[in-house]
Amino acid sequence: MSKVVARTGNEAMAEAMRQINPDVVAAYPITPATEIVMIFAKYVADGLVDTNFVAVESEHSAMSACVGASATGARVMTGTSSQGLCLMYEILPIAAALRLPIVMCDVNRAISGPINIHCDHSDTMAARDFGWLQIFSEDSQEAYDSLIQAIRIAEDPRVHLPTMVTTDGFIISHCLDRIEIVEDKEVKEFIGGDRKAANSLLDVKKPVSVGLLDLQDYYFEHRLPVAEAMKNSKKVILEVAEEFAKKFGRKYGLYEGYKLDDAEIAIVALGSTCGTAKVVIDELRAKGIKAGMLKIRVFRPFPAEEIAQALANVKAVAVLDRSDMWAGQGGQVFTEIRSALFEAVKKPQLLNYIYGLGGREIDQPMLRSVFTALQSAEKQPLVQYLGVRE
Amino acid sequence: MSEVKPGWKTLPEGDIVKGGTAAEFKTGDWRSERPVWFPERCIHCMFCWISCPDSSIVVKDGKMTGIDYDHCKGCGICVKECPVKPNKALEMKPEREGSCQR
Repeated sequence: MSKVVARTGNEAMAEAMRQINPDVVAAYPITPATEIVMIFAKYVADGLVDTNFVAVESEHSAMSACVGASATGARVMTGTSSQGLCLMYEILPIAAALRLPIVMCDVNRAISGPINIHCDHSDTMAARDFGWLQIFSEDSQEAYDSLIQAIRIAEDPRVHLPTMVTTDGFIISHCLDRIEIVEDKEVKEFIGGDRKAANSLLDVKKPVSVGLLDLQDYYFEHRLPVAEAMKNSKKVILEVAEEFAKKFGRKYGLYEGYKLDDAEIAIVALGSTCGTAKVVIDELRAKGIKAGMLKIRVFRPFPAEEIAQALANVKAVAVLDRSDMWAGQGGQVFTEIRSALFEAVKKPQLLNYIYGLGGREIDQPMLRSVFTALQSAEKQPLVQYLGVRE
Repeated sequence: MSEVKPGWKTLPEGDIVKGGTAAEFKTGDWRSERPVWFPERCIHCMFCWISCPDSSIVVKDGKMTGIDYDHCKGCGICVKECPVKPNKALEMKPEREGSCQR
């Protein structure tokens, strides 16, 4: 039995954390993710969870504590955003290389500078090469559902990789939304008991060393399994999503196609923008324009083959990037998709729009203008900035 | 015979190995200076033993018996901590002294 409630993205994530009941949470507050851990800390204080909550002095320490705790075999979670995630960067790839299934609530926020607290994807995109699975959410419901699934995915023996589930700062994190919450015992059943780790730092009967110096002769052999696990995780994400759909009725994939099957023009986007885009697409469809969208849910691992296949019959596609990678040839999502399409025999003409930096509004007229441009895509420059003053 | 190293498919997951492997990794060649022990001055206070970060002070039956040069990195903490006066029971000497000196 599920119940319908009003929750912000942060409240929804904290609720999922309470139901997951992790062994250890180490975190440091940062806008707009503060609330997640603040609400969770109250659950700890009120005795609603069995979690050992570690209040640390920085995000660098938070992720370090998470790595240590996870190496003992504990189920570990944390939450952060923007500069906090940046401070974790040094430790993030260590968590991946040690194959520790830490699950993070990550609220997308622009990175400094200039200093800004609002949504874009620059913090999370900069963490894309650290061996963490990255799942984006369109709304609070997806954040709640994906966080529960993330525990199963990360702890699957075929994966054993840390995972971040993201929401968009303020747009999702602070807006009340109608969501369905499942019962505590159903979440418990879905997760299926304690984490089953093969080794524990605290097991004195089977002493192990973790995270040793690894030079020319072994480092390479320890990095390759991360790439392999990342590849394998696609199958696991889909399996877990299927089981979740059977139990709770909501379906997820690596991506979501919205009116994409017969679309002639389409956008690719991730996060909260997809909700606005769906309204615009419905309007265009009512006028007889074959518009559609490919919403990326999983950015790491990147579903390259799946996306190439899904976009094969579209005439023109605009990839929306809510961050810039300063490469002078478009954003992170665009670069991935362009690369994914390179070998494809049938592929759309591709455009890139970089938009919404530092929380700059993306509204229906702006998205409509993208679809209008797609109708004469051949006349458009490859990369454009959407919604910036000249 | 050179050692056959395991490939990535057979290595244990995640850079995890059995405990106590530091003993197998000889770090003595990192030294530029070595502590030299003078037994006749030593009072066996164990200050060097408890201070050594590499467990390189060799103790038998509660007595200092020498230095494990296979693992001593030459940090000099034992010499610094040695309380014996006027001359310490441990002194730092250049690693090359008496060997390849020109």
